[in-house]
Amino acid sequence: MDACVKQREYTAKDYKSEVKPIWCPGCGDYSVLAAITRALASMQLAPENVAVVSGIGCSSRIPAYTSVYGFHGVHGRALPVATGLKIARPDLTVLVTGGDGDGFSIGGNHFLHACRRNVDLTYIVMDNQVYGMTKGQASPTTDPDWEGSKLTPDGAGIESFHPLVVALAAGANFVARCSSSDPNNVADIITQAIRHPGFSLVQVLSPCVTFRSEQLEWKHLVRTAVVDVTDDAARAARRLMTDDGFNVGKVLYKGDRPAYQPEPKGMAAVAELESDFAL
Amino acid sequence: MSGQTVSLVMAGSGGAGVVTAGSLLLEAAARAGWYAYMTRSSGPQIRGGEAAVMVRLGTEPLASHDDCFHLLVGVDWQNVGRFAAEIPLGPDSLIIGDPGEGEVPEVFARSGAQQIALAMKALAKTIPDGRPNMVAFGAIAGLIGLTEDIVVGVLRDTLKRKGEGAIAASLAAFRAGVEAAADFPAVPRLPAMKADTSERWSITGNEATGMGALRGGVRFVAAYPITPATEVLEWLAPALPKVGGVLVQAEDELASINQIIGGSYGGVPSLTATSGPGLALMTESLGLAVAAEVPIVVVDVMRVGPSTGIATKSEQADLNIAVYGLHGDAPHLVLAPTSVADCLFTTQWAVHLAESLQTAAIVLTDQAMGQARAVMPRSAAVSFIGQREKPAALAEGVHYKRYANTASGVSPMAIPGMAGFTYTADGLEHNETGTPSSQASDHQAQLDKRLRKLTGYNYGDHWADITGDADADTAILTWGSSAGPAREALARLRAAGHRVKLVAVRLISPVQPEKFAAALAGVERVLVVEQSHSGQFHRYLRAQYDLPRQVRALHNPGPLAVRPGAIVEQITQWS
Repeated sequence: MDACVKQREYTAKDYKSEVKPIWCPGCGDYSVLAAITRALASMQLAPENVAVVSGIGCSSRIPAYTSVYGFHGVHGRALPVATGLKIARPDLTVLVTGGDGDGFSIGGNHFLHACRRNVDLTYIVMDNQVYGMTKGQASPTTDPDWEGSKLTPDGAGIESFHPLVVALAAGANFVARCSSSDPNNVADIITQAIRHPGFSLVQVLSPCVTFRSEQLEWKHLVRTAVVDVTDDAARAARRLMTDDGFNVGKVLYKGDRPAYQPEPKGMAAVAELESDFAL
Repeated sequence: MSGQTVSLVMAGSGGAGVVTAGSLLLEAAARAGWYAYMTRSSGPQIRGGEAAVMVRLGTEPLASHDDCFHLLVGVDWQNVGRFAAEIPLGPDSLIIGDPGEGEVPEVFARSGAQQIALAMKALAKTIPDGRPNMVAFGAIAGLIGLTEDIVVGVLRDTLKRKGEGAIAASLAAFRAGVEAAADFPAVPRLPAMKADTSERWSITGNEATGMGALRGGVRFVAAYPITPATEVLEWLAPALPKVGGVLVQAEDELASINQIIGGSYGGVPSLTATSGPGLALMTESLGLAVAAEVPIVVVDVMRVGPSTGIATKSEQADLNIAVYGLHGDAPHLVLAPTSVADCLFTTQWAVHLAESLQTAAIVLTDQAMGQARAVMPRSAAVSFIGQREKPAALAEGVHYKRYANTASGVSPMAIPGMAGFTYTADGLEHNETGTPSSQASDHQAQLDKRLRKLTGYNYGDHWADITGDADADTAILTWGSSAGPAREALARLRAAGHRVKLVAVRLISPVQPEKFAAALAGVERVLVVEQSHSGQFHRYLRAQYDLPRQVRALHNPGPLAVRPGAIVEQITQWS
């Protein structure tokens, strides 16, 4: 039985569950889900050795829609759950999925420290610049003049957050941006991110057609970035600070900092520690 | 407390070395065959500042301070008056002060204690590298009957890295203290004990908590430093890797608890330690562990609250948040060790229960117990090690139900890596397979099962420590570090002819109504003892259990410890 499983070739379908997504028709997250399953199939990872961890929000529903091990936790805390899982179980491939609100607002501190800590995780953020699940409020990546929310009728009035630049400043080792309008490219970048040792950040522009219908235009605005991957964080940051956010389809920065994976030093019996107390 | 005891305090400003001298005294007392209990008090300064060690030595194991100290040695008096309320003295007490450091502070002097001068600083100066704290140590040793041969051994072992010179200087200062105290007024002397071959430990409550975690099988710890829980982590940080585990310093408490949820979801028993402010931050994710049925243990070493309260002082006022702090109906385990030694047993049991029942367990210790050091008999190994029920092989085409509605309420839990059992753990309400569900029937079924697995479990006799007279008409109900003075009060009351029993509750939640009723059968009146302002434990008992008609409550807020005499007084004056 076991041998048969190993010999079988996995297809993208093998990584999908039977649970029907709650997403609105036209949501960009459908194609990100498809890209994740394609990436896993391209790597032929056994589903039982993969875990997808998330927090709360539309895109955080992804674990239930996959057939790998999943963890759907509380708002903003996906990265710590994934960090604990990977450190305790380094043999697993751990992906983290979520949105811009979950990752950069409530989970902001964890985002900074995940970049810094560099545990071997692949963090896929579906960025639609809005809180969709709570029916359309400004998120950290929303432009300051967006007046579509009843909560901030005059616009958020504060500068939007630049996740990729912040990630670079915090020490992230792999930074990429892509668009849900090109799921093959997203699958390819996720595959590269999984292969990269240490923390990888993949920002996917994934429109919310319900609360930000103007984002339907994104598929016409995005363009393949005409840059090569760099290992110079300052250069990558300069590019990102000056582009309009629609340069996609590329890994923009790749460093070679070693991944953080504390190792047990031995397998002594607990009784041996009693000498600490013995008189 | 049977047997003889002596209680003393060494106080001084930072750098005076009173904590060092206290540790040496404890070590020497242990070698003399005595038992010991030492707590520390310090001011808010990060380093330096005033400090005091409160030490009680006895011929039997100790779990509490006495009502009054026999001896106070002030190496100097700088700001030590701030501790006055924590150092009760009486006319039979003796205060040793250095005349070069000024008068004995009025707050101590007004106790009526005898005063005697000992020029510790000046004496130390006559000895090359001599230090006043060693003179103080010598005076104490001379007064209580600790012999020099034992102290020589202790100094040799603890100062061997500093060389013969340091040992000789310390010993000379020590001898000067012994000599000077030869004609001082007497304090209780402890008898020389026969050579005792039984194994003894010198251990703090926080270290015992760490050891209990390891004995229970914990191999992943994530935590954020906070007083007074940090020593649990400082002991575990080097210990865990030696036994195949890992400790991570997380970015905050929210990360800590979510990291251990991740580690435990991965199949590794996991724990974090914190104090009240940290526990407050963790409550949302405690609910996640309950809903997703991921076993975790959270140790809360309580300090004075609310908010940041007093970081270095003890209180038992986190009971409410531990029991009721979670939103929704979230049945979970709350346990409390009843002594320094019991920190080991209760933490190990908590790991066992969390793993067996796949839920969150909160262990409530406190500053007084966590930072107290006890010389005690070696803690015997107990057999329970957390066992998580794993799923059996599934028939072809059968879908794994992670949250299967079983009779016991416990559902077999797959671990990532197990083929054929992939599922998504969820904090959202879900059906038996783990798929999110907003249906009332699924909610009801999962609520029922999560409660059932806790209420249907047989916790055996560990739910409480019950001691005293089987036919008692009076019972003392208490928990946590208040159990120490209550135990001593019980012994005094019984010696005076009262029929009384003590119920120190270890399993705070879920409640054990039948066992509680059996424990209180025939009891006509109860005294509830705890260290909180509002009487949280008293209110909890009233809400959850049937109590006898006559109930009195003794509840003081921190940082003043409950004294055995106060408990005795409540009961003897109750007629």
